[in-house]
Amino acid sequence: MTRRLFWTLGPATLIVLVAWGFLWLDPLAAFRGMTPPAEDLTVERTILDESSIHLQVRAGGSEAMTLAQIQVDGAYWRFFQDPAGPIGRLASVRIDIPYPWVLGESHHLTLLTGTGAAFEHTIDVAVPTPTPDAALLQTYALVGLFVGVVPVALGMLFFPALRAAGPATTVFVLALTLGLLAFLLVDTLSEALELAAKAAKPLAVPELVWLVALATTGGLFAAGRRNGGALEPMALAGAIALGIGLHNLGEGLAIGSAFASGSAALGSFLVIGFTLHNITEGVGIVAPLTDSRPRLSALAGLAALAGLPAVAGLWAGAFAFAPHWGALALAVGAGAILQVIVEVGLLIRRRLADGSVQPMPALAGGVTGVALMYLTALIVPA
Amino acid sequence: MNLLAISRRFLLSRGLIGGSLLGTLAASTSAPASSPAPGSICYADGRAVGSQAHDNLHAHGNMTTVGTVDHVANGFDPHAILTDWDTGVLSTDAQGRTVRSFEVVAEDKEIEIAPGIRFPAWTYNGRVPGPTLRATEGDLLRITFRNNGSMPHTMHFHGIHGASMDGVPGAGEISPGETFVYEFTARPFGCHFYHCHSIPLKRHIHKGLYGAFIVDPDPARHPEAADVARSRLLGTPENAHWQELLMVMNGFDTNFDDENEVYAVNSIAHAYMHKPIVIERDRPVRVYLINVTEFDPINSFHLHANFFDYYDHGTTLQPTLRTVDTIMQCQAQRGILEFSFAGFEPGRYMFHAHQTEFVELGWMSFFEVRA
Repeated sequence: MTRRLFWTLGPATLIVLVAWGFLWLDPLAAFRGMTPPAEDLTVERTILDESSIHLQVRAGGSEAMTLAQIQVDGAYWRFFQDPAGPIGRLASVRIDIPYPWVLGESHHLTLLTGTGAAFEHTIDVAVPTPTPDAALLQTYALVGLFVGVVPVALGMLFFPALRAAGPATTVFVLALTLGLLAFLLVDTLSEALELAAKAAKPLAVPELVWLVALATTGGLFAAGRRNGGALEPMALAGAIALGIGLHNLGEGLAIGSAFASGSAALGSFLVIGFTLHNITEGVGIVAPLTDSRPRLSALAGLAALAGLPAVAGLWAGAFAFAPHWGALALAVGAGAILQVIVEVGLLIRRRLADGSVQPMPALAGGVTGVALMYLTALIVPA
Repeated sequence: MNLLAISRRFLLSRGLIGGSLLGTLAASTSAPASSPAPGSICYADGRAVGSQAHDNLHAHGNMTTVGTVDHVANGFDPHAILTDWDTGVLSTDAQGRTVRSFEVVAEDKEIEIAPGIRFPAWTYNGRVPGPTLRATEGDLLRITFRNNGSMPHTMHFHGIHGASMDGVPGAGEISPGETFVYEFTARPFGCHFYHCHSIPLKRHIHKGLYGAFIVDPDPARHPEAADVARSRLLGTPENAHWQELLMVMNGFDTNFDDENEVYAVNSIAHAYMHKPIVIERDRPVRVYLINVTEFDPINSFHLHANFFDYYDHGTTLQPTLRTVDTIMQCQAQRGILEFSFAGFEPGRYMFHAHQTEFVELGWMSFFEVRA
């Protein structure tokens, strides 16, 4: 016992001593003062109201840094900072700039630090940032339902037809689900990485995206198989619905923030495009259930699990949303999708193993799934 | 789907489709998204808004740098630079000729060129622009130049001198710790300047190594216009009647991307906007104007509500341009502006570059004309 305690506390004490010694001896003192500190500023959120531009800015310097001046469209402009003073490493502040921005036009901001370093931020299309009131929440909820729940529910209506079909069709549909999930995995990951690139650099969000995705996959896999053996059909359907739901959360985030930042009009075409695009998801969720008799309430639950997160995503994306949180949410989604890809893949392999079904329908199903997703994606003008 | 990348054209072309929903959106945003709590409004340096005298919203409203520059820490004040002529130490040589001796030291120094923005400058005598060396036509000039900086430097004068006194690599360039004495006759009379000519040239100039070099005409040599010459000659009663001002138009590339982040007259952005230059209405004004702006091909000077006569390079006693309100100068071009506010309504009269880009980045100023 004492021995174990020694080998635990010993190294820990040594780590502290080495760190203290390094700081005390300060062997890098010679480098100090020769170079300005490394500085980084990230604009995490832009809010436009009728008379001002508001920014949420995060500092990522090697030490606390000063935001000295702000240029808007190449002109020095009065601004207010809250909290005032130097911005600590990884701390964020709110900036208010009383600027007469122009509806529908671009504005370019340059943030100058105390060392004269300049950080650019562009508002691509200036539109007033929506404020959360009941009417707007309702509108966004409606869009979310059409993007998430409606297509999934419509897709699930194919269930009776799937049940009536033979084992080859079942494998085809399962493989189609696999293709669909592969498409969603790539889509979710690329969106997560895109958001991660917009987050403050010292937070290392791109690395986190991969780690969180893999950890989610592992965690869900372990949780799903905690009783040994493969997933029950209903559990697998639930897992697929969860993965798709997290993907739809990301889709909602993207749509919401695109509307909020003025980079997309809330066009009916856009919504219908998403609806068509997501119908395949409904088919995928019920694909493992062809041999079971799920209750209607269970099916409704699956539809809600897969579709409702789109509503939450829209709200969050439109009103309050920092890129690193969005990226992490999408990373969880990607991890969940990867887990169901593995589970569905194993299920298909079991179906093929007994020799009753040839591999051809499986191959065709996979290709059809990816192709369907890609082609319906073309409808979405994004 | 990557909605974030939806193009602006998409918004414009599809705007009608989503019209009704957009209408909802617009209607719901009539109130500001949020406004800071009254107690939280402060400048970046923590001062509450309204607590400082310069919080006047008269000029260009919110179009301004925010905060104040610490002129004491800088070691020079842009208002003092307007009139602090360095006339050197006078003596007479064996031939009875007036000798004017100056001391100039090059040194590295961090200066605050706009509130809160520090620039690692190279300076003459710790200031940008360097000392305004002022002599009289025909004086023998002896400029002892010492380099306390970290790079080789020179003083290259725009004037008439021999090749060995040109202040270029190979003729008057000195390494850190060395000293060189430039010696030549002050001519021609006019508004001139000097700058470092070490390479890389662009960097040595825009880092701050430049200053004014003014040669006053000797009235005895210009009998045909002796009165005009006397009015230009520092120390005469005629000259004392004038309000003379030195203005060096410059810029600073704070992030070294070969574009200026800050423009100014005499280095400090908006210095004469936040604290106007006081002018006595009934005395004439003479501005020695020099353009050393790097990276941009030209700079300009525009005076509001008034016109001036202009002497290009200041090398003539008659205006080279009469009754204009705007002139432009390429880099190293300079000249003398003469105007008067006599009889004008007292008040603030703007002057600025008439490249609005420069105006909005710091080159904006006021004369405060008092009766």
